[in-house]
Amino acid sequence: MQVSINVNGNQVNEEIEDRTLLVHFLRDQLLLRGTHWGCDTSNCGTCVVWMDGEPVKSCTVLAAMADGHEIRTVEGLEQNGQLDPVQQGFMECHGLQCGFCTPGMMMTARALLDRNPDPSEEEIREAISGQICRCTGYATIVRSIRWAAVHEASAKQGSNS
Amino acid sequence: MTTVETRLTEFADNNEKPVGYGRMLRKEDPRLIRGQGNYVDDLNLPGMLHLAILRSPVAHARIKSIDTTAAAALEGVVAIVTGADLAEKGLAWMPTLSNDVQAVLATDKVRFQGQEVAFAIAKSRYIARDAIELINVDYEILPPVVDVRKALDPDAAVIRDDLKGKTNNHCFDWETGDAAATQAVFDRADVVVSEEIVYPRVHPAPMETCGAVALFDAVEGQLTLWSTTQAPHAHRTVYALVSGLPEHKIRVISPDIGGGFGNKVPIYPGYVCAIVAALVTGKPVKWMEDRSENLSSTGFARDYIMKGEIAATKDGKILAVRTHVLADHGAFNGTAAPVKYPAGFFGVFTGSYDLEAAYCSMTAVYTNKAPGGVAYACSFRITEAVYLIERMVDCLAYDLKMDPAELRLKNFIKPEQFPYTTKTGWVYDSGEYERGMRLAMELAGYDELRKEQEEKRARGELMGIGISFFTEAVGAGPRKDMDILGLGMADGCELRIHPTGKAVLRLSVKSQGQGHETTFAQIVAEEIGIPPSDIQVLEGDTDNTPFGLGTYGSRSTPVSGAAAALVARKVRDKAQIIASGMLEVSVADLEWEKGSFHVKGDPSKSVTIQEIAFKSYGAGDLPEGIEGGLEAQICYNPSNLTYPFGAYICVVDIDPGTAQVKVRRFIAVDDCGTRINEMIIEGQVHGGLTDGVGMALMEMIAFDEDGNCLGASLMDYLIPTALEVPDWETGHTVTPSPHHPIGAKGIGESATVGSPPAIVNAVVDALKPFGIRHADMPLTPSRVWETMQGRHVPSI
Repeated sequence: MQVSINVNGNQVNEEIEDRTLLVHFLRDQLLLRGTHWGCDTSNCGTCVVWMDGEPVKSCTVLAAMADGHEIRTVEGLEQNGQLDPVQQGFMECHGLQCGFCTPGMMMTARALLDRNPDPSEEEIREAISGQICRCTGYATIVRSIRWAAVHEASAKQGSNS
Repeated sequence: MTTVETRLTEFADNNEKPVGYGRMLRKEDPRLIRGQGNYVDDLNLPGMLHLAILRSPVAHARIKSIDTTAAAALEGVVAIVTGADLAEKGLAWMPTLSNDVQAVLATDKVRFQGQEVAFAIAKSRYIARDAIELINVDYEILPPVVDVRKALDPDAAVIRDDLKGKTNNHCFDWETGDAAATQAVFDRADVVVSEEIVYPRVHPAPMETCGAVALFDAVEGQLTLWSTTQAPHAHRTVYALVSGLPEHKIRVISPDIGGGFGNKVPIYPGYVCAIVAALVTGKPVKWMEDRSENLSSTGFARDYIMKGEIAATKDGKILAVRTHVLADHGAFNGTAAPVKYPAGFFGVFTGSYDLEAAYCSMTAVYTNKAPGGVAYACSFRITEAVYLIERMVDCLAYDLKMDPAELRLKNFIKPEQFPYTTKTGWVYDSGEYERGMRLAMELAGYDELRKEQEEKRARGELMGIGISFFTEAVGAGPRKDMDILGLGMADGCELRIHPTGKAVLRLSVKSQGQGHETTFAQIVAEEIGIPPSDIQVLEGDTDNTPFGLGTYGSRSTPVSGAAAALVARKVRDKAQIIASGMLEVSVADLEWEKGSFHVKGDPSKSVTIQEIAFKSYGAGDLPEGIEGGLEAQICYNPSNLTYPFGAYICVVDIDPGTAQVKVRRFIAVDDCGTRINEMIIEGQVHGGLTDGVGMALMEMIAFDEDGNCLGASLMDYLIPTALEVPDWETGHTVTPSPHHPIGAKGIGESATVGSPPAIVNAVVDALKPFGIRHADMPLTPSRVWETMQGRHVPSI
């Protein structure tokens, strides 16, 4: 079947096998390898991308279901050569080690901050609780997201003054 | 809450300390946070085929027949390969890292659920999966051996009838220490406490599963294998020995690895299948296992039933420890441990205490379960050893009605006793145990916590405080004692300084997230004064790095870190001679100040390492006998292991209505000797502590009576999320290793080793009002509830 999907702002029209999972479509067909495949059962969250602004687990979404929708992946976080504050925060606060869960974690973090620019530690933990990281023990991920929140707030203040 | 290390206001700063040790942002992060990592599954070669493995649905059965007709006829299928096909090529069996053999594809019998039976090669990932569904295997079901306690019963089915003359499921016996001396001490002790301590089977479950891409160039006879391996050089040698391909025609590349934790040390049948598929088809072939395959067939961890006994005086002087272990090794002995250490480094079960005697005997058996045993950041079975001793010390404290911190403080090996030889023959290099313990108690506010607990107990609330103190043994070799399949545990390292003073460092080890590109650049920077940003660290490619045994058992910094420091010193020594020529003084008249040599007493006369580098390749003569260029290579053979240690305190609350355990606080004081990058060390500790929460409270690979694996998905095998763990509180002491060139001891596995007993001790402490002295992991709400009702049963 034919799908037409907006991926990171670009319209793509592709022929796919009906049963193709979104994660495999992104990785194997569009060669966007930042989205990872970790479990098949929606438990690990390494495959999290956005569909119409909502984080979804792309291992349990058919590419066909994304037809006519907007998908954003980790490759779409950096804009005009400018890292997203979430990406910067993960580097500054050691929010990643092996890097495998990181793209999914950052997509969820970006969605959280768009909704709630000043989340508490509890709110951050709740937001990423559908995703697993085996390396960091989560504390540094929480700090990374707080770093992004604080720096976005001060950047906003700076541009207002 | 007391938090000792970094908070939001304090971040790594590359600019503040550009050269050497200290907090520094990671060099690997810019690609990883952009989704530009390069993991095995990211590789997509032209014409690449996909491989899927058919696995046994049952634990024990004879294969009567395999019909591949329908599968082979499916459009898009290139080939179907069975065990019989491999047997024709002499490839149906392969050696394990413990000198046992393991079936690549089953020929006669299947011996665990999930065992490899056949594979399909197809044009796409999905068609390969379709194809294995069409393979029809006729099994004659045999009685499975699931209960490890019954594996040696005379009527138990014999699993390993492939081994000549095998009439039972015995795998090996092992002992350490002095049985008679230990018995004598037990005979005269005031107090003897016995307890059966179970460490259930768990799984490392890295976020990236295992996989490989194999490419065979038939004209050149060259095999290239990209694979998820923590030990690329050792794997290359084994492939050469198994396949008969010459070793110089095999290149193993381990690209970015999405977590390993020991899961990616063994050679799995899937890797061999991918190689065979590339040889058979002449095309590149990718094999990437799914999560269920990872959990049910690759290297598990633990599975020890330990009968512990501890002897002491009535005032709490610990005299001796004794244990008998029943070890479940699964269907094949796939333990990845040094050959002379079939139980890994379990011999350090004497812990951090000054004992008069110790003895351990062990019986290892085969069962119808997946092979493995050494994995999950276990430091070669030190997790089991530390759990045993730290649980037993708490049992003793319970019987003596002593405070567990006081009991430990009374029995620690003292600083002046180092180097300390334990009763099982391990030579601990350095330690200041009491200092670490007191710091942890201070950070925790131990006395206040005990007061709070007393008040809560009076109100019927369940609060527990658990302590563990551990000593690890990491950084294997030396090579005289330690080898894997005959390969000595020593590691090479090569450093080249380019003419403009930039450098490339080549390592034998392989990061799976530990940040080698950063840490090793810092080690070299500290020695030679080139900024870490100017040092490229290469690893994970056997064609481009020197030989070595790889990353596991926390050995990268203790072994390769030493190699990196020494190779840099070797380069610096040569640089000094070149500098003496440039400054026209004798070598002895030069002084090193990080980054340059200057004439003693006249700092204005100096040359930088960058200037020396250019000179070494440049025009004009060099001092007599000095070859051009600025590079060196060494192989570091450690003279001893290093012995990191730590004191951990855990505070839990248990809901008396639901028996749900909540880890409220966790205080970890670690001593890994010299600290290279604070940020990375803290990250390693946090990750290990989270593993500990998983093992103590949630994780277990269980089996039903038919041998079905009950933990084969992340819906059944529960791993902690951000909601199950607290904000970690860390602190540290520094006791350098006296024999290590930079005094570093390794940190990768400390927290995984040290945290489970602290958490279990805390839960058991909370349950003290119920008269509970021991309860087995995983302490799930149902297991804790049963324990509260006086119905505790061992977890295996």
